Amino acid sequence: MNTTRHAAPSPQDLDGFRAIQQLAYRCAETVSAQLKPGMTERQAAALMKTWLLDQGVDDWFHQPFAWFGDRTAFRGAVGFKQLGGFNPAFYPGLRRLEEGMPYILDCAPSMNGYTADIGYCGVIGENRILDRLMDDLLEYRELIVSLVKQRKHLSEVSQAVDRLCQRHGYDPRHKAYPFEVLAHRVEKLDNDGEKSHLSLFNFGVRNIGELLKGVAAGRKEGHSPLWSSHAKSDHPPTPGLWAVEPHLGFRDVGAKWEELLVVTEDDAFWLDDDVPHVRRWRARGLLNPVKRAA
Amino acid sequence: MALEPVQVVKSGDVELAVYEWGTTGAKPTVVLVHGYPDAASVWATVAEGLAERYHVIAYDVRGAGLSSVPDHTQAYDLEHLVADLATVVDAMSPDQPVHLICHDWGSIQSWEAVTTERMAGRIASYTTISGPSLDHAAYWIIQRLKSGSPDQVAQVARQIAHSWYVGMFHLPAVAPTLWKAGLDKLWPGLLEKLDGVRVDASDSQRKDGANGVNLYRANFAKRLLKPGERRTEIPVQLIVPRQDKFMVAEIWDDLPQWVPNLWRREADAGHWIQASHPQLVIDWTSEFIDHIEGAEETPALVRARVHARESRSGRVSDRQRGRLVVVTGAGSGFGRETALLFAEHGADIVCVDINLEAAERTVELVRLLGAQAWARKVDVGNVEQMTALADWVEADFGAPDIVVNNAGIGVAGSFFDTSDADWDKVLRVNLWGVIHGAKLFGRQMIKAGRKGHIVNVSSMGGFTPSKFMSAYNTSKAAVLMLSDCLRAELADKGIHVATICPGLSITNITQSTRFVGLSPEQQAEKQARATKLYQRRNLTPDKIAKAILDAVEHRRDEVPVGAEAQGSRLISRLFPTLSRGLARLDLLP
Repeated sequence: MNTTRHAAPSPQDLDGFRAIQQLAYRCAETVSAQLKPGMTERQAAALMKTWLLDQGVDDWFHQPFAWFGDRTAFRGAVGFKQLGGFNPAFYPGLRRLEEGMPYILDCAPSMNGYTADIGYCGVIGENRILDRLMDDLLEYRELIVSLVKQRKHLSEVSQAVDRLCQRHGYDPRHKAYPFEVLAHRVEKLDNDGEKSHLSLFNFGVRNIGELLKGVAAGRKEGHSPLWSSHAKSDHPPTPGLWAVEPHLGFRDVGAKWEELLVVTEDDAFWLDDDVPHVRRWRARGLLNPVKRAA
Repeated sequence: MALEPVQVVKSGDVELAVYEWGTTGAKPTVVLVHGYPDAASVWATVAEGLAERYHVIAYDVRGAGLSSVPDHTQAYDLEHLVADLATVVDAMSPDQPVHLICHDWGSIQSWEAVTTERMAGRIASYTTISGPSLDHAAYWIIQRLKSGSPDQVAQVARQIAHSWYVGMFHLPAVAPTLWKAGLDKLWPGLLEKLDGVRVDASDSQRKDGANGVNLYRANFAKRLLKPGERRTEIPVQLIVPRQDKFMVAEIWDDLPQWVPNLWRREADAGHWIQASHPQLVIDWTSEFIDHIEGAEETPALVRARVHARESRSGRVSDRQRGRLVVVTGAGSGFGRETALLFAEHGADIVCVDINLEAAERTVELVRLLGAQAWARKVDVGNVEQMTALADWVEADFGAPDIVVNNAGIGVAGSFFDTSDADWDKVLRVNLWGVIHGAKLFGRQMIKAGRKGHIVNVSSMGGFTPSKFMSAYNTSKAAVLMLSDCLRAELADKGIHVATICPGLSITNITQSTRFVGLSPEQQAEKQARATKLYQRRNLTPDKIAKAILDAVEHRRDEVPVGAEAQGSRLISRLFPTLSRGLARLDLLP
């Protein structure tokens, strides 16, 4: 059964995943436009949740997160890494948004069996550090896909990301995620026609169940659905969909993007190039054909 | 040494004694205005130095020196003081606007001159030392008290504590009586105690002290209680003496709101900087005046330029504001973190690394934090390259305030596998790099009278013998002893030497340490294992950077960082036999 788990998605499935990822990014952009100084993280997360439910979302990988200010860099309690990174400070809190304060919106809706997991950052007004982080995030997107295309082991890819962070002078803040993951697998669920599904502690039970099944299967077969710098990820890329989320921190500012990487038996590509951070790089003239020195 | 007035100018009922140095002609005219309780003679050395290039004028303010004494307090109102200045300028430089250089009360009254209409078009530039506009000061106090922030209220309290004498001057009779009772004779001695300035007793000291009290009485209460919004477009150079006992540096923080064309420079000097550091005042004012007269803005002035809407994102405090820090090995590890931390506290950074690309990246990050930075590719073990670096820093910015000799490389393995080339390399970078940095920049600090800091990064290896670390630990022990000797030699100059001894901290050094006597594969494995061990220890470079900032701010001598460094230091001091025994253990990863 596990051989089928790791099949590359069909074109039809890719369309389904692309549609839900577009929807998730539209949600982030819509809510981002509604954010005002004084709003709390909980209000922002609730806006996202309502918007997505109105669009017909029927399940979650996780319900929407929002981080404001230095919480974007996981400073303070939210950076507590013990217990494998399961940390209540992750949940949206009462931090209020201010002018010039960076924010991150992260949502992972499922609809009709397809799941997306996206990360989006912004600021009301201007923040030079955030701008720089968002510019530099381009290099990570190019690095990750090129190494996966070369079939590098996933732990090596993650270590290359660590080295790039070190060269840039950034903290790899995704290390504060559970199990220090740079990415995690996303599986297709059954399209059972139900209007809603069970969540526990804001995580969708069906999606987490798939992840746990992957962990169990991987233990026997020598791979993992959780992609980090550790030995458990010392295996070639497994075909399927990976939600990749490099999260950079510099001083009190954090920035990330998150999107689905498609891995096939012999290739890899980003599911969709029409996403906000890519559009932003294009608008800023950063997407030139000349490759920047690695 | 009494000066001879060249002319007596009448301003209303008052006669002002005017002094002149140098000749008129094509040269710009500079006017020096003295403070309290001084007379024009306080400028003597500066005036002589400036006279080589400018036409220099000074005068005794009404009530002081050889000028006449008005008979009532209100005659000391700022309005009359501005009229006096205008009269002197009209008499001595009828055609050309002048460059003002003003100190203390001379500066307070000249703020009135540059922000009111009376002298419009007659002032080309203004260098202000230790005398804020009373109106600006009033707004400064009001804005801080209104903010309700404990820090800002504390600033006001500290400034008031520094201005204790102002209250005393308002008491009837007290201050004039003191001056007449012999304070004038004690004054040169007091000044030496207060500021370390040696001045000759002035003939007019009793008069300067007793009459000048009226400057305070006529103006202080009036302006502080009813301030006006005073702005000027005239280019202003602010010189802040850091050890000024009558002024807190924060008093200048709001100046950009009133003065769009502002340059700010800081000096290690007390209140009477023109007496203690005349050459510095001559150099800085000449540089500024020449620029205003059309010369290109020097790098030091570019650095000193204050931008009104300075980006504050990332700024944590202004504690290191105005400081210039040179950091070697700034492209990674301790060096990069140290550069970033000092930048967060307001300092500007020269980032030195053998890897230029890495140094340039640090520069970018420093700039994101709102500070200025420059990158230089230098091999610290190469004396020509280090000399070129030091010469460039001195020529463009003057002696640095802080030098962090941090660049280092690692070597591990048996003494007998360590080749002469390995020894040469590790000593050249780890020891000679520190020697060059300390010597070249230390000499600049002495010459400039800079009460600077030399921070040498040693290691716990400097006091922890180990059978596999002979070369590295020897280099670090040498840095420790060098620092101890240098500290003693520089103590009288006020230059502080700190030694930082980090424990097992994660930096590039573990990833690039050369393990001698091993094949490349074995070496890579050792490097990976060392890195992993250090990662588990998790003593991150920012903790070393914090120790360096703390050592500078509290003038600490030797700072072990991390429990292992502290413990090993104690063992090596208290139980040297144990320390020698531990050295035999195979502690290599």
